[in-house]
Amino acid sequence: MMNLESIPIQAFLIVSSALFCIGIWGLLNSRNAVRVLMSIELMLNAVNINLMAFSSYVDNNLIQGQVFTIFVITVAAAEAAVGLAILLSLYRNRVTVDMESFNLLKW
Amino acid sequence: MSIAITTQIICFSVLSLVILIGALGVVLLESIVYSAFLLGGVFMSVAGLYLLLNASFVAAAQVLVYVGAVNVLIIFAIMLVNKKEDLKPISDIKSRRIISTSICLTLLSLLIRVDLTNVWRLSSPQNSIGEESTIRIGEHLFSDYLLPFEVASVLLLMAMIGAIVLARRDVMSKDISTGLPVDQELIEKSSEPLLTNKN
Repeated sequence: MMNLESIPIQAFLIVSSALFCIGIWGLLNSRNAVRVLMSIELMLNAVNINLMAFSSYVDNNLIQGQVFTIFVITVAAAEAAVGLAILLSLYRNRVTVDMESFNLLKW
Repeated sequence: MSIAITTQIICFSVLSLVILIGALGVVLLESIVYSAFLLGGVFMSVAGLYLLLNASFVAAAQVLVYVGAVNVLIIFAIMLVNKKEDLKPISDIKSRRIISTSICLTLLSLLIRVDLTNVWRLSSPQNSIGEESTIRIGEHLFSDYLLPFEVASVLLLMAMIGAIVLARRDVMSKDISTGLPVDQELIEKSSEPLLTNKN
């Protein structure tokens, strides 16, 4: 039995890597536009876990990672609001949320 | 940290299991409403991980902003666009799934390899700052991170105005395409969508 003083940082990093990859998979594979936004939130959360782990294990006097996490949370809130507004106006004009039917910017 | 190491390990395992299974559920479940509620569970567990890392302020911010604002916003969006529709089948869905899954697995193995092989230069007493972290975050926000803090406030204002403008139904009094006056009533009527798919 290994004598641990605290949870190794690698555990946090592996959880955040797995969460990030699940987010990417959802972003690539989901057809509902709301689910795409949810996947983006999952990816942002994975990045936040990473920042928090580094701030507590590597840089524990100046906890700059926590400040970065606060900024990421701010940007994520703004992104969710604007993304859902875009989704609503898109739904009003296209009457669908299927990602395959959004080709307005395709030449 | 004052919690014993076994308790920490148990808490960490339970929280990370909830996070990963919940995230898989968000991505894979058929019903989008279940996905939204599972997403709330994932956000709560991430807040638990922050508490385990001795960051109570960020955990509280996570619960307030993600569970209280973002998740509620997503549920509202589901309510507003909830329409049963039969999606058109895609011809090459199988190869797409295979390619995307292999890309994700490759990325995951790469990230885990970096996580495990890199030698992290850790500082010796971990989590030593403890409850003082809120004070330290405040000092950061008003000294060396003052400019990003102010820019973030401008960004929030821009996002608010942008969301209102984008989600409002009729900004103009005349319809651009037909020239007829637009009715400004609150109740949505079925109207001809502007950009229907031609093909």
